[in-house]
Amino acid sequence: MKYSTTNVIHHGSKNMSLNNFLSMGGYAVYVWSAYSISFIVLFLNIIIAIRNEHKTLNEIKERLQNNKK
Amino acid sequence: MYKWIHQFGSPKYFYDISFPLSKWAAIICAICFISGLYGGLVLAPADYQQGDSFRIIYLHVPSAWMSLFVYLIMAFSGAVSLIWRIKITDIIARASAPIGASFTFIALVTGAIWGKPMWGTYWVWDARLTSELILLFLYLGYIALQSAFDDKRIAARAGAILALIGVVNIPIIHYSVEWWSTLHQGPTISKFDKPSIHLTMLIPLLLMVVAFKTFYITTLLIRARSEILDYECNSSWVKKYVIK
Repeated sequence: MKYSTTNVIHHGSKNMSLNNFLSMGGYAVYVWSAYSISFIVLFLNIIIAIRNEHKTLNEIKERLQNNKK
Repeated sequence: MYKWIHQFGSPKYFYDISFPLSKWAAIICAICFISGLYGGLVLAPADYQQGDSFRIIYLHVPSAWMSLFVYLIMAFSGAVSLIWRIKITDIIARASAPIGASFTFIALVTGAIWGKPMWGTYWVWDARLTSELILLFLYLGYIALQSAFDDKRIAARAGAILALIGVVNIPIIHYSVEWWSTLHQGPTISKFDKPSIHLTMLIPLLLMVVAFKTFYITTLLIRARSEILDYECNSSWVKKYVIK
């Protein structure tokens, strides 16, 4: 598994370099899982922060409108 | 200078300047993130010992650094708010906690994933890993403490004390690889005179460090904004702001 890509003959250099890139020298599982978990955590951070901001704004807006009535 | 600090401490002023600040931090973050990833995943050569698995470093080191940095910010602003009762530092400490916990989580998970092919195990109870895990628990404890009190000021004070006690863990994490013989490798680029890493590998790492730092600033400001609105919901400027 580890050196699989170096032994495989690829057709077309572009395809080969992409495959090389994705296979990460046999460490694909480790590299890509580390990157995807990190991206999910960072992405959730931004989403939750923005959502909180909107929620707080809407809550205050609602309260002010209720007070006026 | 004092005037500037005073101005910065005012929630309204902080709220107003947070918009351009978070925008610029986000732009710098995006640029550094993309170029750092390209440099780290594509341009940098594979490590002669670790092969391509070393590329996890571009997430692991920045997030581990930021997990310490954010904790220091949290503890420092906690101390400032304990001493001077400044609202804005309460808010910064509170908004930092979930982001710091995320960085710690990323550092631990990427480290575990990196450890499997290199050390043959996801986890060992050595000094560096254990102290970083304690850091995660400190963050989670801080977050739990914040939601345990109805009064935000009491919560902030209790959180500040917890954060300050936990500061003792920071030098332990930092020096653990020197104090004890551990499985974790020594620092890669703390030796600024002669880093033990090649420039093609170092530059993407520095870009990722800037990207993580600006990511922290961006999310911190967004979180701080909603905290400020929450704190100040009865003041006239918030009412004016919300109605317009």
